Amino acid sequence: MRLYFHYLSLHIRERMEYKKSFLLNLMGQFLGSFSAFLVIWFMFARFHSVKGFTFSQVLLSFSVVLMAFSLSECFFRGFDTFSTMIGNGEFDRILVRPRNTVFLVICSKLQLDRLSRMLQAAVMLGYALPRCGVEWTLPRIGVLVMMIGCGMAVFCCLFICGATLCFFTIESIEVINIFTDGAREFGAYPFAVYGKGILRLLTFVVPLACFQYWPMMWLIDPESPVFYAFCPIFSLLFIIPVSLLWKLGVKKYCSTGS
Amino acid sequence: MQRTYPQWRQYLTLFKIRFIAGLQYRAAALAGIMTQFAWGGMTVLLYRAFYLADPAAFPQSFEAMCSYIWIQQAFLAIFMVWGMDPEPFNLIKSGDIAYELCRPVSIYWMWFVKSSAIRLAKAVLRCMPLLIFALLLPEPYRLILPDAGRLLLFAVSVLLALVNIVAFTLLIYISTFYTLDSTGLRSLLSTLAEFLSGGLIPLPFFPDSLQRVLALLPFAGMENTPLQLYNGTLTGSQAAFGIGMQLLWAAVMIGTGVVWMRCALKNVVAQGG
Repeated sequence: MRLYFHYLSLHIRERMEYKKSFLLNLMGQFLGSFSAFLVIWFMFARFHSVKGFTFSQVLLSFSVVLMAFSLSECFFRGFDTFSTMIGNGEFDRILVRPRNTVFLVICSKLQLDRLSRMLQAAVMLGYALPRCGVEWTLPRIGVLVMMIGCGMAVFCCLFICGATLCFFTIESIEVINIFTDGAREFGAYPFAVYGKGILRLLTFVVPLACFQYWPMMWLIDPESPVFYAFCPIFSLLFIIPVSLLWKLGVKKYCSTGS
Repeated sequence: MQRTYPQWRQYLTLFKIRFIAGLQYRAAALAGIMTQFAWGGMTVLLYRAFYLADPAAFPQSFEAMCSYIWIQQAFLAIFMVWGMDPEPFNLIKSGDIAYELCRPVSIYWMWFVKSSAIRLAKAVLRCMPLLIFALLLPEPYRLILPDAGRLLLFAVSVLLALVNIVAFTLLIYISTFYTLDSTGLRSLLSTLAEFLSGGLIPLPFFPDSLQRVLALLPFAGMENTPLQLYNGTLTGSQAAFGIGMQLLWAAVMIGTGVVWMRCALKNVVAQGG
């Protein structure tokens, strides 16, 4: 852990060397997610509700997804450039170090620019919490924290999943973006909006709905069964296949030789 | 004696080289097509939910909306402002721009031609499977096939949109002469352009007062105009106005770019080494 903070401080100092670009980047990031917010706002000015969800309820689901995404992205985006790491042989250097491989890839790149997204998620959460018609008791707050925490774990798994594909293809693969960036964009709305088929897929195959739609149903609708609240924990099962896939990838890995 | 070729032939050759190079990345294209198909499908489902919530509030027909989404995904490589060729940035940052200055072609038009060729090649490579898929989908969700006149209008407008987008990105390239590191500015401006051009939601979904302003800005012509021409939402005088604005802004942005590039190049100091 101490090693991690050492890497963290190195990255912060490096970024601060280019202050102006860093600030503009922060603004760009902010505008990116802020425009997503504006879109929801414009749409609700026109339609008022979608599948029975109100503006504040949609904001609640958006901020949970955005918060989980930006938290995991801040620390796990190292996997995004993983194809170059394999391409230029950087990964060989990591393999010979006496630490966990996943840990070292995490340390190789930290994206602090993404903090602006997190900030926006926090603001939206602050706006939505008192307005979404939920009486915030201690267990409900616990479930909310669980939603964000487990969401972060799921996104981390997805980043690792995308990187693992690089072991087999060398090139980076866009397909995983449907589940990472796509989940961020489309997760702005509760996943039930997209119909039953998609909801099932996102519950049992890629457990994105487990930390978004189901526990949210428990929060806003007191009639719904209690096990909805525990769905985020179910989503953690996703870690098992992903870590197996990663181990398989490392085992199969042979250097590109450059 | 050296034969002199007419100037436009150099640019044509440059365009061809880039175009053919762009056609090589087939595996990446396949992955891209799948991503875009899933993305388009999710977007259609989202708009269906909104449509079911209140059909009267939907500013254009649902069929037209689906066509908007499919055409947008099929030609995404043209429309995505952020998908810029990184080469000019590296040239300016590393100083290799000096080599480019030695060539007997205008840098502005060289970059212009290269950028357009890359975008067009990517779009050509990716559009067909997606278009065919989308045409085969069941009713309301499928891509409508308009008559020949509207297709021609769309083709003209899409090319104008390409010119507009490339002229816009060239302005970002030129700004790099002054800032050296443009990643921040680049992400800021391309996000802005994407939002205001109808990349996230079509312009009719914006509030009415904002729509009137947006119609006058250069961004509307980058994406919204061709797509709405295709699906038949823009017709008659509105269509003429849309294409007129595209022409106007293309002229303005290219003019600014050419002049600005000249000023910027005057200040370039090659430091040797």
